[in-house]
Amino acid sequence: MGVGPLHIIGNVLASDIRMATPILIAALGLLLVNEAGLLHIGVEGTMLIATLAAVAGSYYTGSVWGGLLCAIIAAGLMGLLFAFLTITLRANQTVVGVAINILGSGLSAAMNRVLFGVSTTIASIDTFKNLPIPGLSKIPVLGTAFFNQMPIVYIAFLLVPVISYFLFKTQPGLNLRAVGENPGAADTLGINVYRTRYIACVVGSMLMGVGGAFLSTGLLTFFSEEMVSGRGYIAIAAVIFGRYKPTGIMFASMIFMAGNVLANLLQVYGVGIPYYFLNMLPYILTVVALAMLGKSTMAPAAQGKPYRRG
Amino acid sequence: METKQNENIILEMRHIYKQFPGVLANADICLNVRAGEVHALLGENGAGKSTLMNQLCGLIKPTSGDIVIEGKVVHFNSARDAMAIGIGMVHQHFMLVPTMTVTENCLIGATDAGYLKLNYKQAAKRISELAEKYNLEIDPEAKVGDLAVGQRQRVEIIKALYRGAKILILDEPTSVLTPQETGELFNMIRSLTEKGFTVLFISHKLNEIKEICDRVTVLRLGRTEGTYNVAECTVNDLARLMVGRDVSFSIERKEGTEGEAMVQVRNLTLARDAHTNLLTDISFDVHAGEVFGIAGVDGNGQNELVECLTGAKHATSGTAMYEGKDLGKESTRQIMSSGVSHIPADRHKAGLILGMHLTENLILQDYYTPKFGKGALLDNRAIDTYASELIERFAIKTPSRYEYAGSLSGGNQQKVIVARELSRNPKFLIAMHPTRGLDVGAIEYIHGQIMKQRDDGAAVLLVSTELEEVMKLSDRIGVLFEGKLMGIVNPSETTVEEIGLMMGGTRLEDIRK
Ligand SMILES: Nc1ncnc2c1ncn2[C@@H]1O[C@H](COP(=O)(O)OP(=O)(O)OP(=O)(O)O)[C@@H](O)[C@H]1O
Ligand SMILES: [Mg+2]
Repeated sequence: MGVGPLHIIGNVLASDIRMATPILIAALGLLLVNEAGLLHIGVEGTMLIATLAAVAGSYYTGSVWGGLLCAIIAAGLMGLLFAFLTITLRANQTVVGVAINILGSGLSAAMNRVLFGVSTTIASIDTFKNLPIPGLSKIPVLGTAFFNQMPIVYIAFLLVPVISYFLFKTQPGLNLRAVGENPGAADTLGINVYRTRYIACVVGSMLMGVGGAFLSTGLLTFFSEEMVSGRGYIAIAAVIFGRYKPTGIMFASMIFMAGNVLANLLQVYGVGIPYYFLNMLPYILTVVALAMLGKSTMAPAAQGKPYRRG
Repeated sequence: METKQNENIILEMRHIYKQFPGVLANADICLNVRAGEVHALLGENGAGKSTLMNQLCGLIKPTSGDIVIEGKVVHFNSARDAMAIGIGMVHQHFMLVPTMTVTENCLIGATDAGYLKLNYKQAAKRISELAEKYNLEIDPEAKVGDLAVGQRQRVEIIKALYRGAKILILDEPTSVLTPQETGELFNMIRSLTEKGFTVLFISHKLNEIKEICDRVTVLRLGRTEGTYNVAECTVNDLARLMVGRDVSFSIERKEGTEGEAMVQVRNLTLARDAHTNLLTDISFDVHAGEVFGIAGVDGNGQNELVECLTGAKHATSGTAMYEGKDLGKESTRQIMSSGVSHIPADRHKAGLILGMHLTENLILQDYYTPKFGKGALLDNRAIDTYASELIERFAIKTPSRYEYAGSLSGGNQQKVIVARELSRNPKFLIAMHPTRGLDVGAIEYIHGQIMKQRDDGAAVLLVSTELEEVMKLSDRIGVLFEGKLMGIVNPSETTVEEIGLMMGGTRLEDIRK
């Protein structure tokens, strides 16, 4: 394969897909939480906890999959906390979301120092490796982009049709959406609103955890403080811009992260734009996209409102 | 008149108590229902009818007491348990998801299709079959949000039938229906009972109970007053049993109080788009000391007319002059602060803030005036006194003045709005469906209050789909059809048939030709 323009396109696409993966998984998790009628802005904090849990898990178990499991458990616990505060105690969901972000930031930094000390040497851990799919990965251009990626990337993109099917073609999916749109009506039809919301919140948070794990043991191979750096918020934007549909969210994540890829590309080719300015690109894209969407959102009607039975 | 215990009892509720924080909503209620009958529940606003039925359909649990179905004591943990033994309920306020289709709404929470599978096609087919069998015309693919109120009602009933309900509870199903739709509903109820269904029917309209029900159980202040055969009671008997005193169905009308034209509406037009109008060329006067009624089938421009007069929408052309102002162009605040009061049609959407206290809801129109505070500060003592006074004067049933508007019974929510608006002593009162969902005692009181405003010299615009109400209160009646005024008549010189023809789109000139 030569180093022609096609080759570059393949590489660009490959890195866009890779970069979009943590956003996509976290956003899909958030979608489940939102569809249950919960407003969750604590994605960033949940992911942060998971980045550390993944590194620590990988370090102690010696396997990146062990790290992933730890991240899922840690994020699930954060989800349980969110659920308890907002569903059972009916605390304000925005406030609890902010609290989760602060908690995630502080707790991940503190635990990191407890586990690994303040040394500057980075513990070497097992991380995700590319898993080329035999045959398919040899297709020119597209092969590198789609079929020579890390396992989590495949999982993330497979989750798009799976969650789509779940939400729109299965009974529990319909029940979940009903709870988010009109919990009172769901209750009159025998659905346990509290239980549905708890499950959606914990499972959704676990997916956010997978996104976090992929950041620290896939895209990068170490933990650093605040390493999620706004991706949790971009995931929130992706759900809104993707109009609460899994495919829409997939494209939204890829569009937002194309800014990141572009920034890297411009840097490599040495365009005279300062590095820090280029790094703003994905965030600027996000803001512009949301502004374009205007007031028309597709948010579940009961999102953010606590439910009280009877 | 008391009926004796009879064979064939399908459902019994024994000594039901339900305690809410601060309110004993049901106290020792006993109810027995025979298979195949239409059994009415009658009681004042807040008597505990909805609460009792919510326990029967599994939504809430009784504090104590037993529910017995076909001789067996049952316990419900959720509505699913109640549905499993054939109890379905159509709630007082719709329980639908507007963004979903009819079929999806019927499938929410279903357990028959296996856990993961959603058998949408098969469900849509069954819904069509049910619709055909019970004369409930509906498109299973229609989005519920696009349906008219009467059709939504049908979706609710189909939803219950789809779950296999054999005992159907209808909580005030007719309060939002037009007379035609009510007629259709009654036909459907008749065909259901012929097929062996049992229906529990709640309504404040006594003649409806006379028409469709076999027996009636009267509740008063959370207790059972008794069960009676409807055929043996007159409307006046029912009213007395329910309120505990005689209710007068006629009103006193003082003659000759009419004064100058307070509001002059001229050629008022509101465009929908470039080619069609929501309102076309509406002209009428409302005089001081007069009730001007607007009759018409719901959705013929009543909402838009009121919106144009209250500043919610600005008229495209034409004027509505009131004290030198054009109501069609002013802001709502300017209109409301110049002696106009408004009782809106939809109490949840436009009348109340459900998540706020009663006290706060009662001063929504005037909280910024010196009466309730200095500058930016509210005078809580003045507000509390004022609220307590209104709660007492209008007999609003609530455990305290700090109760959330959302947890009052439907009729008491309406009373809060009426109390707020009438106590401002308006010069121009716009009342839309002012007695929707109220019991006869409360209607008597509110009609009296509206007439008092009139006698004191206020101009009153009364919009109602209840022809009887419009005929009874109005000095003159205008009939709306598709946004046009078909004619203005005097109730003493017209007939129900004539108004009916105008409601159907014939102009007065053409009728009287
Ligand atoms: N969830 C609740 N929490 C507290 N109080 C409640 C609740 N639901 C009802 N109540 C109170 O219980 C009493 C009975 O209410 P209910 O809704 O059963 O009346 P109703 O007979 O259906 O009246 P209406 O004809 O006005 O609908 C009322 O005083 C009401 O304020
Ligand atoms: Mg009620």
